Amino acid sequence: MSLPAAGLPAAGLSRARYGRETLHAEWTKLRTLASTGWLLLSVVAVTVAVGATTDAAATCPSGGCQADPAKISLTGVQAGQAIVAVIAVLAISGEYSTGMIRVTLAAMPRRLTVLAAKAALVAGLVLAAGAVAVLASVLIGRLILPGHGFTLANGYPALSLGHGPVLRAACGSVLYLTLIALLSLGIATAVRESAVAIGLVLGLLYVFPVVTSVVGNQHWQRHLEQIGPMTAGLDIQATTNLGSLPLTPWEGLGVLALWAAGALIIGALVLRFRDA
Amino acid sequence: MTTLSPYRSTEREARDGFGQLLHAEWTKFRTVRGWVAGMILAALITAGLGVFLAKASANPSCSSQTSADQQGPVQHGAACGGPGYALGPGGEPVQDQFYFVRQPLAGDGSITVRVTSLTGLGQGTNNGVPFGAIAVPWSKAGIIIKDGTSRGSAYAAMMVTGGNGVRMQWNYTGDTPGTPGTVSAASPRWLRLTRAGDTITGYDSADGTHWTQVGTVALAGLPSTVQAGLFVTSPSHSTYSSSLGVGTGSSNPTQSTAVFDHVSRTGEWPASAWTGEYFIEDGEMAVQGNGYHQAGGRFTVTGSGDIAPLVSGALNDGPNITVRDYLLGTFAGLIAVAVVAALFMTAEYRRGLIRITLAASPDRVRVLAAKAIVIGSAAFVAGLAAAAGAVLIGTDIAHSSGSALFPEPWPTELRIIAGTAALVAVAAIFTLAVATMVRRSATAILIVIVTIVIPFVLSAPPGIPTGLTEWLLRVTPAAAFALQQPSPQYYQVQANYIPSSGFYPLAPWAGFAVLCAWTALALILAAYLLRRRDA
Repeated sequence: MSLPAAGLPAAGLSRARYGRETLHAEWTKLRTLASTGWLLLSVVAVTVAVGATTDAAATCPSGGCQADPAKISLTGVQAGQAIVAVIAVLAISGEYSTGMIRVTLAAMPRRLTVLAAKAALVAGLVLAAGAVAVLASVLIGRLILPGHGFTLANGYPALSLGHGPVLRAACGSVLYLTLIALLSLGIATAVRESAVAIGLVLGLLYVFPVVTSVVGNQHWQRHLEQIGPMTAGLDIQATTNLGSLPLTPWEGLGVLALWAAGALIIGALVLRFRDA
Repeated sequence: MTTLSPYRSTEREARDGFGQLLHAEWTKFRTVRGWVAGMILAALITAGLGVFLAKASANPSCSSQTSADQQGPVQHGAACGGPGYALGPGGEPVQDQFYFVRQPLAGDGSITVRVTSLTGLGQGTNNGVPFGAIAVPWSKAGIIIKDGTSRGSAYAAMMVTGGNGVRMQWNYTGDTPGTPGTVSAASPRWLRLTRAGDTITGYDSADGTHWTQVGTVALAGLPSTVQAGLFVTSPSHSTYSSSLGVGTGSSNPTQSTAVFDHVSRTGEWPASAWTGEYFIEDGEMAVQGNGYHQAGGRFTVTGSGDIAPLVSGALNDGPNITVRDYLLGTFAGLIAVAVVAALFMTAEYRRGLIRITLAASPDRVRVLAAKAIVIGSAAFVAGLAAAAGAVLIGTDIAHSSGSALFPEPWPTELRIIAGTAALVAVAAIFTLAVATMVRRSATAILIVIVTIVIPFVLSAPPGIPTGLTEWLLRVTPAAAFALQQPSPQYYQVQANYIPSSGFYPLAPWAGFAVLCAWTALALILAAYLLRRRDA
């Protein structure tokens, strides 16, 4: 089936102009929803709070430990990602629940452009909120952790973004949250119903770390950690003991990127070929 | 001219009872294919993950035990040379390993000793510091009356411990404190056990003249001739370091030496001399150095092991797989159930059906109650099927593949299965109440996932500091996962009692009460808002 070169309105907008207009329309929708702001704020709040609590609960006895301070202070990402998923899911499924999607697609018939605009906006917003959350988490870790035994004497310099691996962990965590948003957007576009989409995303994310924790078979365990979007993606937070990781940090984030790309492609196909 | 009578429906007039309301809500639930499918999916996910976990953990790596030489011979559930264990009189797996200087005691009688020292002779090191300076807190030296020499047999014992004063212990799980304080030559402890029929009474004393009764126990079915004498044992020293992603535990064997004198006996002791043996069946793998030495009335006894229940969990000495591990998929099924429960309410608002519902049954609180009963029952059935499937199939797989599965007494197994169903059911009602309050399924699901699923997920893999996860598992509705705790925490056994090994900070039903309290609160708020707000 070949659709007509629909979408270019009579005014004869250029492709770029059309894209900009779509982006602007989507931005207006997202911006004027009260929930967007609240959810972004709670991404920061939950991430920072869980990170700070973990910092406060962590201890490194004198004589050293195997802990990874960057990972500890970024633990909040594991909770904050749940809210990121909700933001991304609501960006599309909110339209289905209210019937707005029909207006959207009537006004902007190029469906993939609409999805691309949504993806860009959601990614941008999560990138910004994630950056704030991660920066604050690292800063709090830098303040709290030395009081819990993570001192130079035990082999742990204070967390600093000037340290290469810590910078990688911090930037990587922001990218991780962004990729989680794209994964969620893709799944939500495919299943449409917000509750189902959120359940699917979070089930998919959390099932791997929980299952691998009890799989006794090392071979299985390693494979599960390599393919799980959350277990692989969070490899990016490692700054010590890199040799024991099932994947290198960037490979791990790459696995998550593949998941996100796969979800977006499925979402795009469903959006393109199914009645709204 | 004929008169027309107005049309009357031949249908019987429906009554407006709670039964009708329940039936209406059940019809709504039953006729939405997606919701029924969601519940079935929830059960399949949980049970399926359970089967997967049972298969994937069927051949645990044989090198994970750091203290294999400390374990006795294989008796039950031995997988590739893993730890074996005996079952105690209460059916729980136990460790029954100690150095025993014994004689048979025929009929009633008593044994009295004085203990003047108990010191540790550790093997291995703790963070680079060798053991040896002090006895581990639960090293034990004293006198014991035991039902024969088979492992796991009934006993009662009076003992001094490395750091917990005098204790009377019996049948592995029983424990009563006596005089506190550590033993030394300057402050020795006198211990006495008397047997009268099935009853054994323990006494302690600081001077050998003023005696205090510590406890008395009945050991049902004790034979007339028992083994009695001196014993010393010293449990392995467990350490756990929690670091993200690398939760590492180690378990190092320790040894302790005690000095006894003033041994006196009453009753009939037919053997002429003491027999000393390292008490594990077949006497194999005796830890080097265990033994005893008698000079005059002085006995110096060195032993290693423990007389105590085994503790489950990956980082402990017991069989490390428990049926709780097969239920780790509960949280995934719970997400599916929560999605259905949220939609059960929010779909009414989305479609405007709520107005018809409330027109037909104007008592809004009754509508909420009917919905809660319907969704709770459906979730209970799904949870029960899931838990029973995961546990029963998982156990079957473990037994056929020879995995070291921690054996559960049937009441515990029943509590784990029924408790999981109750957890899922109440969580569904909690979700329904939250969905009634917020009216949007996305928000409701988010709240449920943040409060129930995430605390569990953070606690499941080892690595997150246990201070945080234990706090979360006390105050959030996720506390109800304590219903899945596979074995009790024994304060008299030092082990890694951490959530990732299946040990929750609250007792099983106390944890469930936390979820119920949150659900009650949510239901009250939901009922209030449902009445006060326009639909």
